[in-house]
Amino acid sequence: MKVALFATCLVDTMVPQVARATAVLLERLGHEVVVPPDQACCGQMHVNTGYRREAVPIVANHVRAFAGAEAIVAPSGSCVASIHHQQAAVARRAGEHALADEAAALAERTYELSQFLVDVLGVTDVGAYYPHRVTYHPTCHSLRLLRVGDRPLRLLRAVRGLDLVELPAADQCCGFGGTFAVKNAETSTAMLTDKMANVLSTHAEVCTAGDASCLMHIGGGLSRLRSGTRTVHLAEILASTEEAVSPHQSTQPAVSR
Amino acid sequence: MTAVFLGLPTAPRGVGHLRGDRSFPDAARDALRDGQLRANLGHATATIRGKRAAVVGEVPDWEQLRQAGRAIKAATMARLDEHLVALEERVTARGGTVHWARDANEANEIVTRLVQATGTDEVVKVKSMATQEIGLNEALEAAGIAAHETDLAELIVQLGDDKPSHILVPAIHKNRAEIREIFLRTMPGVDPGLTDEPRKLAMAARAHLRERFLRARVAISGANFAVAETGTLSVVESEGNGRMCLTLPQTLITVMGIEKLVPTWRDLEVFLQLLPRSSTGERMNPYTSLWTGVTPDDGPQEFHLVLVDNGRTAVLADEVGREALHCIRCSACLNVCPVYERAGGHAYGSVYPGPIGAVLSPQLTGVEDNASLPYASSLCGACYDACPVAIDIPSILVHLRAEHVEAQTRTTPEAAAFRALSAAMSNPRLWRLAQRAAGLGRFLARGKPTLPAALPPPASKWTRTRDLPAPPRETFTQAWAREHGS
Repeated sequence: MKVALFATCLVDTMVPQVARATAVLLERLGHEVVVPPDQACCGQMHVNTGYRREAVPIVANHVRAFAGAEAIVAPSGSCVASIHHQQAAVARRAGEHALADEAAALAERTYELSQFLVDVLGVTDVGAYYPHRVTYHPTCHSLRLLRVGDRPLRLLRAVRGLDLVELPAADQCCGFGGTFAVKNAETSTAMLTDKMANVLSTHAEVCTAGDASCLMHIGGGLSRLRSGTRTVHLAEILASTEEAVSPHQSTQPAVSR
Repeated sequence: MTAVFLGLPTAPRGVGHLRGDRSFPDAARDALRDGQLRANLGHATATIRGKRAAVVGEVPDWEQLRQAGRAIKAATMARLDEHLVALEERVTARGGTVHWARDANEANEIVTRLVQATGTDEVVKVKSMATQEIGLNEALEAAGIAAHETDLAELIVQLGDDKPSHILVPAIHKNRAEIREIFLRTMPGVDPGLTDEPRKLAMAARAHLRERFLRARVAISGANFAVAETGTLSVVESEGNGRMCLTLPQTLITVMGIEKLVPTWRDLEVFLQLLPRSSTGERMNPYTSLWTGVTPDDGPQEFHLVLVDNGRTAVLADEVGREALHCIRCSACLNVCPVYERAGGHAYGSVYPGPIGAVLSPQLTGVEDNASLPYASSLCGACYDACPVAIDIPSILVHLRAEHVEAQTRTTPEAAAFRALSAAMSNPRLWRLAQRAAGLGRFLARGKPTLPAALPPPASKWTRTRDLPAPPRETFTQAWAREHGS
């Protein structure tokens, strides 16, 4: 299958290794990956901060960039949820009905990574190897907007060498929430603290999730505390094999046992 | 004469409790430092969450019930005017009197006048959000009338000269040791040996209240539901104190928001299943009182129903926001909200805290008066999942943020930044330039994996508690294009 990769603005700009891992994984599974060069952002940050009018040209750019794509995959539950639930609505509200129809049609072919692997490709064992103790945080939009359910966990359970530990109070928000993290920085930090306490209680070396934004938040907190537990995107774990560990990762446990 | 339509009236300023003195982030900052408050709230919300999940999980058709509740509410709101007139007709036919109050001031005047007409100077009150919203107790006090709250938690709040912090459990922010201290300090004739054992505290409140029930000639209540086709009012409660108020005094005055009605008796079937399981985590609430007008020689012989708008018609006019009027005040959204659990109810500044408050209060007052509330959410969506009438609270929050942004007359630095970012994100060439500029941030890290912790505002809002990774030398799309020669 020819898959168009939507890196998302945050991953592309800040954590490109996540998009790279997604491409490596899909190619390893025998699919052709294309990266439309004109892609930028889904518009979620604008919509969720109140700038829904300003989001319309961003949606238009997204629709132009991915026009004609057979299937679109993004390593982000949150951005895919925005594509599904917000893009057409903001376009329609602005009177851009043709754009709204195109956005809705494109959303039909847009998948979050774990959904694409399990539902479209029908695989749970992607042939990955990742010999680390890992806990999984189900990010809010993957959980409640996309309803990805246990798909990421099924993918993780099939990874060789991976020791999956359950995260207590996993369904609680980490406190990121886009601009919430700065507009209500204190409340956000209080939520983050509880999330980090739960992550650290598992003694996992790695906290993973399907959203680079939430991971940047949790990881930023863990790093500030010099905790030694790091955040790694689900795509990076699934891309890792005995032969080729994903960039910035080591097959050696980071914390000595 | 030409008339300019300025929009429907919102709840007036200077009366009632829909507006806080401070913005949510400011108020939350103090609450977050209160370790006792955090412990009390964390314990209480976790307990109620667990109870709710258990009793909701045992109903096989919960989702269908929820959708039925949503559909009934949507259909009712679409013909609210007709249902309200029908309700007035039925209540009047059964010997009650209906009063229409445009806002909090009118409602307070009507109730004060009605109480004064009975010649009494004290009333007993059933727990009621509507009367808290309009500030009725303060209005009565100004007229020399003492209002005694009889719901145990409302009594704790009233005696403690405090404010409610939860819709269902107004004293959720207090633990039993604090409650004992309030009782010892404020209850006349209380046993000085009072302990903080829940049963002992309840007995002290019972003795304190019983005397007032027997003495009172006027009771004031709110309403959970009003049935338009029969003119029946309903209050749902746990303690029986409401039942005392609704049956003992000679005069009963019910203050109700105009959105609380259901068209038919049969509609109660849905809501009386949804409400107790969502609110207290019980299969059925202990006391469900229903009354229709006046029954000769049984219960109050004079009944007044005060229908309050106070901004509700303005909410109804908003196609997205009107769903907030479907709320049945169960408070399930508060108990599952990670923001409420940490910041507490007082931070919202309104009698309606939590997620539902964050969408209801700004709509009742006009968003400019509660501008920080729509942002007081990480949009995690737990509230929408828990809501028994499936109110899409996150979508309304996002809508209200946009209403707030679009109402601003001058360009804020934030708006300028978002507009510039929008211009970049909608033009691939500009976007690549912007990404390249962001990539220069890596020089601030001076070779380290993270940026310095002491960045200037607004970045400091992030870096005060969280590290920020140093941006990479090259974006993924740039690297891909280079490798694949496009």
